[in-house]
Amino acid sequence: MTSSIRLPEETIIQLIPMHICVHTDGRIRSVGPTLQKLRPGTKLVGRLLTDIFEIRRPRTFDSLEQLLSEDGQKLSLYFKDEPRTQLKGVALPIEDPKGSLIALSFGISVVEAVEDFNLTIGDFSATDLAVEMLYLVEAKSAVMDELRRLNLRLQGAKLAAEEQAFTDSLTGLKNRRAMNVVLSQLIEARSPFSILHLDLDFFKAVNDTFGHAAGDHVLQHVAKVLLEETRKDDVIVRCGGDEFVMILNGLTQPERLRDLSHRIIDRLNKPAIYEGNECRISGSIGVATSTSYAQPDSDVMLRDADNALYQSKSDGRARATFAVAG
Amino acid sequence: MHGLINRSIQLFVTDTYGPKIWAKGAELANVPKDGFEAMLSYEDILTEQMINAFSEILDKSPDMLLEDIGTYLVSHPRLQALRRLLRFGGETFVEFLHSLDSLNERARLAVYDLEVPGLEVFDDGGGSFRLICRWRMPGAGHLMIGVLRAMADDYGALVLLDYTGWDRDGNDAIHVDLLDDGFSDGRQFQLARKAEFSQ
Repeated sequence: MTSSIRLPEETIIQLIPMHICVHTDGRIRSVGPTLQKLRPGTKLVGRLLTDIFEIRRPRTFDSLEQLLSEDGQKLSLYFKDEPRTQLKGVALPIEDPKGSLIALSFGISVVEAVEDFNLTIGDFSATDLAVEMLYLVEAKSAVMDELRRLNLRLQGAKLAAEEQAFTDSLTGLKNRRAMNVVLSQLIEARSPFSILHLDLDFFKAVNDTFGHAAGDHVLQHVAKVLLEETRKDDVIVRCGGDEFVMILNGLTQPERLRDLSHRIIDRLNKPAIYEGNECRISGSIGVATSTSYAQPDSDVMLRDADNALYQSKSDGRARATFAVAG
Repeated sequence: MHGLINRSIQLFVTDTYGPKIWAKGAELANVPKDGFEAMLSYEDILTEQMINAFSEILDKSPDMLLEDIGTYLVSHPRLQALRRLLRFGGETFVEFLHSLDSLNERARLAVYDLEVPGLEVFDDGGGSFRLICRWRMPGAGHLMIGVLRAMADDYGALVLLDYTGWDRDGNDAIHVDLLDDGFSDGRQFQLARKAEFSQ
């Protein structure tokens, strides 16, 4: 014989503000105040338990009476009408009056439930961790918001830094942005200079045949050749996929420019090896010299060098053509 | 010091005195002019330099400044999140006071590396409480006086707060006299955040 404690109803309410007492016939005898708060305006007392709730777990049972007479029967209940808040609980048989005491709690549905029913701290028993759980949910979402803001700021800063960078990340050469700055400085200073505009031939075929990694390798190889063949102070730019511009300060003699172009083309004609494969490319060059213009303009010079480059291409590639100043 | 604390000081200065004062103090204190990231950590010394710089610029003692910061943290509309998190501590001001015993644990549950003042609460009976504050920075007691004053308003409690200074172990101590737990209606607190903001 186990010892028993008789508890006044007030005590049960304090301990389990979400409880239901059920008669053996399945009718609700009394409910805790928090549970009643979930159905304001509906008199739960006197109704059949199965009229109000759908019993989701256990999935099957013979009769409610038999189910609730099991000592410590675990239950999962949903309201039959909206909001259908899920409740979990345990049923315990009681002797006087004969029936069951069902202790309920929200479980994981507590976050929705406090929204749906405007619950306060006082609606939960002092030992229920629901309030701590709600605290944690709110604290975590505040932290997440803060982290999201931090990520957005960092993302913005990264984009801005990339925008401001002057370097092409694949080859380490200067990029188009740097090219514009250098060209306008040279023109401002009225320095004589030349532009060599190089476009690779058959580069697409390398990419298509051996893949992008091979293509990247070729671009890095080209960058190395250009750096080796030019002077330390020349500015070498990768200004597009397989397009390069060399800005040669103080170098405008056509013979020297032609020699330089040919040295570069000769070296580009030798295949680059990538993972044992021979990647064959060549290069076409267009040359524009600032001294051919009364008033050099970087856009005009780049356009003329580009036209000369296409002349090289249509003349059979792997050659250099000098621009005719417009 | 945690970025959340440094950033709170930054927000307090900008919201209360404007961005120009912030920029002036940031320069004097040698802290980032663009301000602090809430989720990063910074050297402790920056926080102290900041408090000293603004104390000088605003001609307020560091203690007064910290008290104002405490009040701002709880009562400014921009920082609703903190007020709400504190209100989870209990339904009444007395319950809230007792919850301060685990303030540090609660803070770390939210942000594992956040160190807020560690508090010990003694209920001397008759509405009289003592709070012992421990922190890695001086001035925790004054900061907490500001926080408690604003929270008492929030709960609608009438309290007398007294800074009783350092105890024998070198901790800040506060004396709280609760005169009336239901002095005013205070501010409503709903467990559901949405419910509160839709009102």
